[in-house]
Amino acid sequence: MRGLWQLTWLEIKIFLREPLGAIGSIVFPVIAFVILGRAAPRATSAAAGPMVGFFRDGGVAVFVSLLIALSAVLSLVTIISIYREGGILKRLRATPLRPPTILTAHVLVKLALTAVTMSLMLLAGKRYFAIGPAVPVGAFVLALLVSVSSILSIGFVIASIVPTARFAQPIGALVLYPMLALSGIFMPVSALPPVLRYIARALPLTYVVSLLQGIWRGDGWMAHLGDLAALMVVFVVCVALSSRIFRWE
Amino acid sequence: MSDPVIQVVGIRKTYGALVAVDEVSLDVHEAEIFGLIGPNGAGKTTTMECVEGIRTPDRGTIRVLGLDPVRDVYALQERIGVQLQQAQLQKRIKVWEAVHLWASLYRRQPGIGEQLLAQLGLTEKRNALFMTLSGGQKQRLFIALALINDPEVVFLDELTTGLDPQARRAIWDLVRGIRERGKTVFLTTHLMEEAERLCDRVAIIEHGRIIDAGRPAELVERYCPQRSIVLVTDDANALERFGRIPRLHDIARQDTRYTLSGTGDEFISDVIACLSEHRMRVSDLRTVVPTLEDVFFELTGHSIRD
Repeated sequence: MRGLWQLTWLEIKIFLREPLGAIGSIVFPVIAFVILGRAAPRATSAAAGPMVGFFRDGGVAVFVSLLIALSAVLSLVTIISIYREGGILKRLRATPLRPPTILTAHVLVKLALTAVTMSLMLLAGKRYFAIGPAVPVGAFVLALLVSVSSILSIGFVIASIVPTARFAQPIGALVLYPMLALSGIFMPVSALPPVLRYIARALPLTYVVSLLQGIWRGDGWMAHLGDLAALMVVFVVCVALSSRIFRWE
Repeated sequence: MSDPVIQVVGIRKTYGALVAVDEVSLDVHEAEIFGLIGPNGAGKTTTMECVEGIRTPDRGTIRVLGLDPVRDVYALQERIGVQLQQAQLQKRIKVWEAVHLWASLYRRQPGIGEQLLAQLGLTEKRNALFMTLSGGQKQRLFIALALINDPEVVFLDELTTGLDPQARRAIWDLVRGIRERGKTVFLTTHLMEEAERLCDRVAIIEHGRIIDAGRPAELVERYCPQRSIVLVTDDANALERFGRIPRLHDIARQDTRYTLSGTGDEFISDVIACLSEHRMRVSDLRTVVPTLEDVFFELTGHSIRD
């Protein structure tokens, strides 16, 4: 893995030079969290409607973290396809760099970015409204990183099949965002009609939501072994799949 | 002669139904500039990328510095430098960052990054983002990256495509400089002038097959031995006198301008002897020597630009 840290650090610097990228993936989610978070107490005091559950039990935090995770994945898919199209991946491969090192560097960049955004978000939350003292911030960030790794592996499968960089963003969004609807973030999976419930159980995001909500509420890791196992399976399958079908040029 | 630095024997590479490279064999020797020349789509890049270890040939064997580019790809990449056709870097990477990153990737770290930037005229651009560089500057940066590990063999794929003549000449000088330092250069080009001026030896490739290989002058001698002299004289007896020149094949006249064609270098001496013998007044004279371009036409029946 020689060159991994140099490449990772360089990719972070390059990412921060992209003005829209940095604002879109760091500043925007934090602002969204603050706005949604401040709206929450009023909404819950109304004590009615289907959105109540969303604002209780860390719904906002989980929702915004998911947005961060999904935008990280989309940005990974986009960057990989731009790098492929521009011959950057090929140029890097014509060095002693091992191919997994190149891809790992990009995953580390996204994980670092997610961790930074999450920390900022939680700090902003503390400043602008009360996050319950019971929330295990460290465990939550860890759970989020586990989740992001798993969704990033889906991102690699998408990056393997998108034909050109132009299609990377829309195809990625098309695959990832509809999953949100059934993931249990807006409505508990158990409250869905049977057919949708089966579909929801097949979606990786459902396990991400279950894990993140549970950890936010203060559940122990042992209570979510099923979620962790599901995310692990997604990760292993997607990494194996993309290592077979990934195109470098 | 010592063992060739690059030895390719009977490689074949297909993409689906397309045979990109077929039965290609070639040798490249130490400290020479070897050019693989041919039109676009002839199989130059595929051949080169097989030798670099970026692609795996369907069959055939390749040895570079005694290594197998497929099996020993990482050991090989430590010892070679590569410039790829139409490569890009991250848009917002700075010149010095690219050089430092590349330098850090190799086990051999001669620490020549800044020196290369200076040599390639990029020192004042070291803080510039890649996306702001001109075509020539990008190409020079790619050459710097190809040389960063002080490689024993340097691969240059169409390195002057898209550059203006001045930048092209500057890059030719650089490549000659690489050879002067005892390195072996393997390059591809579809520019015959480039091959002729730069390469010690060339192989002509078309439709995935090597048609012939040799020193440029050798190939010209082999396939296009004819020479022409164009001269202008008002000598009244010119036509008759020229007619007696041995080895003359053809003579064409346009007012006072004569085009004499014959075979071999001797022919030129014969013409000069004729001119001095008769003390003919000549107001203009130039020789037209065939080039690799003509060799290519002779071998394939079409121009390399078609």
